[in-house]
Amino acid sequence: MVAVCFYFQVHQPYRMRKYPVFDIGRNSHYFDNEKNYSIMRKVADKCYLPANQVVMDMIKETGGRFKASYSISGIALDQFEEYCPEVLESFQGLVDTGCVELLDETYHHSLSFLYSRKEFRRQVSLHKKKVRELFDCKPEVFRNTELVYNNQLANTVEDMGYKGVVAEGADRVLGWRSPNFLYRPKGTKKIKLLLKNYKLSDDIAFRFSERSWKEWPLTADKFAAWVNAVNGNGNTVNLFMDYETFGEHQWESTGIFNFMRHLPREILKNPDNCFKTPGEVVDSYEPVAELDVPHVVSWADVERDLSAWLGNGMQKSSAENLYRLEEAVINSKDKKLLEDWRRLQTADHFYYMCTKWFNDGDVHKYFNVYDRPHDSFIAFMNVLTDFRIRLKKACETSAEGMKRPCPA
Amino acid sequence: MFGWEFPPFNTGGLGTACYGLTKGLSRQGVDITLILPRIGDAIDPAYMRIISANLDKRIKIRSVNSILKPYISSEAYLDDLVRMLSNDKERGMPPYKKYIDRNTKLDLSTMNIKKGLYGSDLFHEVYRYSKEAGRIAAEEEFDVIHCHDWLTYPAGLEAKRVADARGMNAPLITHVHATEFDRTGGNPNDYVYHIEKEGMHKATYVVTVSNYTKNMVMRHYGVDPRKVHVVHNSIDVGDSPVCNEDFEIKKHHKTVLFLGRMTIQKGPDHFLAIAKKISDFNPDVRFIMAGGGDMFTRIVEEAAALGIGDKVLFTDFVTGMDVDRAYRMADVYVMSSVSEPFGLTVLEAMKNGTPVVVSKQSGVSEVIRNCLIADFWDRDEMANKILAVLNYPELKQCLSDEGMREVRALSWDQPARKCMDIYDKALTEAREW
Repeated sequence: MVAVCFYFQVHQPYRMRKYPVFDIGRNSHYFDNEKNYSIMRKVADKCYLPANQVVMDMIKETGGRFKASYSISGIALDQFEEYCPEVLESFQGLVDTGCVELLDETYHHSLSFLYSRKEFRRQVSLHKKKVRELFDCKPEVFRNTELVYNNQLANTVEDMGYKGVVAEGADRVLGWRSPNFLYRPKGTKKIKLLLKNYKLSDDIAFRFSERSWKEWPLTADKFAAWVNAVNGNGNTVNLFMDYETFGEHQWESTGIFNFMRHLPREILKNPDNCFKTPGEVVDSYEPVAELDVPHVVSWADVERDLSAWLGNGMQKSSAENLYRLEEAVINSKDKKLLEDWRRLQTADHFYYMCTKWFNDGDVHKYFNVYDRPHDSFIAFMNVLTDFRIRLKKACETSAEGMKRPCPA
Repeated sequence: MFGWEFPPFNTGGLGTACYGLTKGLSRQGVDITLILPRIGDAIDPAYMRIISANLDKRIKIRSVNSILKPYISSEAYLDDLVRMLSNDKERGMPPYKKYIDRNTKLDLSTMNIKKGLYGSDLFHEVYRYSKEAGRIAAEEEFDVIHCHDWLTYPAGLEAKRVADARGMNAPLITHVHATEFDRTGGNPNDYVYHIEKEGMHKATYVVTVSNYTKNMVMRHYGVDPRKVHVVHNSIDVGDSPVCNEDFEIKKHHKTVLFLGRMTIQKGPDHFLAIAKKISDFNPDVRFIMAGGGDMFTRIVEEAAALGIGDKVLFTDFVTGMDVDRAYRMADVYVMSSVSEPFGLTVLEAMKNGTPVVVSKQSGVSEVIRNCLIADFWDRDEMANKILAVLNYPELKQCLSDEGMREVRALSWDQPARKCMDIYDKALTEAREW
């Protein structure tokens, strides 16, 4: 018996505008609303709406035997509400079928776990609340931003009441072991760990349309055969990927939607196979062993580490400078400041500053959408300079009565 | 190859590029007869020492007595001519000759200067040079003719004519380091334009130093894009000496550097306007403007008029180690060119670990990643980026470290190999005809 467990990541950041130095102290609008709207609109039309339709069709066609799960960041939900409510409605429709489970994450898709446990917990609670409001459900499995994971994360979210947590099935974590079983994170009592089968996940997410790949073209029956091969050698095949794979990273013309339409039928041809959500996987199987992950892993690049977000001096210093303001921001009790501070924490801002691929010459995907990494850093630091001025003013106002020193 | 004198005997990118390419080609095993315009026929011993130290035996140098030099204008040519013919030795020497003299105590009395030897104006001199070139082409053996920028195109065409007459099927490659449109800010001299156009159209292949220049060649000169090849310039970092001086000014001020000829092409006026913006924002910043040129006096006056006369420091032409010192002294180097076919100074600044803000209207921004780019006319964005380098040490560090790493990976072997491929292609086609 092998369960195929899909988890799709849905996220869109609030992208910053090119905030120039001359705006500091004069203009505190940091985000590029027009760009955020147009990207959301584009991705909704190319991916979210057609992909949701495919998932809905698959659920109906299989009489509810197809299952999937989503983690939707809080700021993606906010942007759905603001820019394309029909996307939100279509997700609500999927959740209402009972075949779709939602996971929890940090509201602002942040790396707060690495900098502040307190802020991390606050952002996870915000997400939980938002999901309850919009979908009337309570996620029981947790996924951290970009699958950033270590023992401490598992311990923290166990303490917060989650019964499962997902992570990358990186080779350096697993060694000879298989990602197709559940594990018990070191130091925890109850929580179970689901690991991404990166080979099969990336066959869909990255290699699907790669013509130089020897398995191209990938068909549903071929993929189902690979899943069947896991039978007797694992409980679950965890296919974790960005939802934007469908229609955005892999365009519709590659045949990705047709592949998905046929996949459930092919998988279910083998009576030993089924689909399960992460929560169901956790309920169905027991961990086979303890897994010790002292160092941070993520799902990014070949390194599967933090180097895409915190690899160079610009990234580290901007993140440190931002989190250093935590106490002052919280104490200011200024809602606008708090929200801006959190939107600045979104991991994407640091990702845009990455010089790793840039220096390897693999710049194509980069140059097309964004400016150079240095430009992202400049905009971020200019914004942060303005933010500090606002924070200082807010502190001075509120400190008059309380005599609290302002760390900004 | 019709090239130009090597640094430090010549200023500017053209001589540097010719030197680099010649070195690269000789390392790849190409035999080169290099023809240079040179004042007087005597070859300076200091010059020969440099040549023999840096180039192998594959290079044979022949010089033509001429006062042509890169970037020369009709007016400057006449000035030089008058100076050459005057008796005052010191005043009669162009700047690079002064340099040689100071450093080598060369006896200039041996120089062969006769009235009437040189052309009466620039275009006459270019014509005379081409005839001399034809004479040399009649004596030498060669497979390919390669010439660099418009002053040498007539020489290349003449060499081609002579070669054809000798029954040699030698392809002509014209290498475009700059066009008249770049040099004049879009107001070309008609005569120069036509020489350039003829050189490009009659060449077997045209080499440009960037895609930016390729577009220029297609748009303004109507050259078929299929015969234009882009060969980006490069740099050999390995053997250059490092300057580790402590600069007093760095203890008191952040400094922003302009380095280049003060001509309309390099945008010194844009640099000043940007300096004004930065100065209003942070009065402690200092601006160093290194280089001379026809806009020099205007720029000095304008700095005063803008009220930043005390913040802008001028140096005249800088040569040799002083160039590296200027880069090292600066917190950021700004190339504000209105139109820059390549921009070798950017590589030189990066070699010295100096962060660079460079005009988008340049060839170098196509190939260099660890620099900041902005449109030259977008003064706010230029100032924004310069201030970011001055204000955020992590950015400066990142650009400096990664930039040095990036230029260390470059060498003139890459452009040399590309040129050799173009030679091969041209020769194969010539045989097939």
